[in-house]
Amino acid sequence: MIAIVDYGMGNVASVRNALALLGEEGLVTASAEDFARATHIILPGVGAYPDGMRELHERGLVAVLQKEVLENKKPFLGICLGMQLLTERGEEGADTEGLGFIAGKTRKLAVTPDLRLPHIGWDDVAPAPDARLFAGIESRDFYFVHSFVVEPVDPAVTSAACTYGETFAAAVQKDNIFGVQFHPEKSQQAGLAILRNFINL
Amino acid sequence: MLKTRVIPVLTIKNERLVKSVRFADHRNIGSYIAAVRVFNARDVDELIFLDLDAGERGIRPELLREVTKECFMPVTLGGGVRTVEDIQTLLNCGADKVSINTGALEHPELIDAGAKRYGSQCIVVSIDVEEDSAGAVAWAKEAEARGAGEILLTSKTHDGVMEGFDLPLIKAVSSAVRIPVIACGGAGSAAHCVEAVQQGASAVGAASIFQYTQTTPQMIKKALVAAGILARV
Repeated sequence: MIAIVDYGMGNVASVRNALALLGEEGLVTASAEDFARATHIILPGVGAYPDGMRELHERGLVAVLQKEVLENKKPFLGICLGMQLLTERGEEGADTEGLGFIAGKTRKLAVTPDLRLPHIGWDDVAPAPDARLFAGIESRDFYFVHSFVVEPVDPAVTSAACTYGETFAAAVQKDNIFGVQFHPEKSQQAGLAILRNFINL
Repeated sequence: MLKTRVIPVLTIKNERLVKSVRFADHRNIGSYIAAVRVFNARDVDELIFLDLDAGERGIRPELLREVTKECFMPVTLGGGVRTVEDIQTLLNCGADKVSINTGALEHPELIDAGAKRYGSQCIVVSIDVEEDSAGAVAWAKEAEARGAGEILLTSKTHDGVMEGFDLPLIKAVSSAVRIPVIACGGAGSAAHCVEAVQQGASAVGAASIFQYTQTTPQMIKKALVAAGILARV
């Protein structure tokens, strides 16, 4: 069973729908027992960084995630805000401390004046050769809808890049921890293939 | 590089898919769920789904869930959004973005509150323009300043007529804001869509063309590419 973190930050249903299409059981939950039973954990999310962290704290989920992800090393996938919350801090709104699973911060995308923000739509993703979530996927088009990006301290954790005004981390991977800035659950066949690769970890 | 999007717009009334001409004479054109399935199968860039009755009859989460269940592409849901709780309801129903129209006109601070809680990227302010293009520009700028992440710009006079977009309006609004603008109202051919993008639109929304002609989103995107505009084909 794949636990989908239920923390009131939108659009968890889409992830569950996508998993169902892949024949996998996704359980939207905030219960520590469910996370203990889960083989994989997905942290989706639409929303602002401070609200996301507050909701995780209020539900007691920070400690749960630390245990299951850092100690028990369960495969973990953060999507969009879920990837950003992996960092040590976020600069969206009030400066906020994040989960800190990946050294670095979340900051606003630095676009050139000719580009519009938010970065919304299908854009090219360039995966690194060892990017495990992208194995066997030929399509490079994925759907983004965001204004903030993850800036890892160690560039080696960036497993895929996208360029919009600047080149930023479209995906990160570090041991059992993965994050994607785009929405695999909304990127049609290529996105479903990313989720399939994650499930197969 | 970011691709220019082509977005089918579906509107429902009395739980049936409808299409209007100049925002009137809503014609029943069938089952919305069938239309959603077709567009999902056609791998469209995005979908906009608006419940025109929701303002009066309230938001119907079950109906919206039925729609998003069929969507493995991004969906903007709208209709009847008056409060931050309504935004949450639509997100819970599987919306990636939420379109706010009357609710924002009546209470502009709803844009600020929605953007603060859910991020600008999911707040679409929908602007229906009758004749007052200057008013539309001013409202778009205010919406952007309040935190809107995108403008859905619809010309009421061009809606359903299929004779081309209101190009001066698209140009005026697109050049006044730095957030993406989805141009809507008037698409009757792929060439019309190319014109709208050339005036600054980041995406084109269309309805009648997909219901009444053989033109598909893919054909429009091929026309965009032929005109030197990046699209996902």
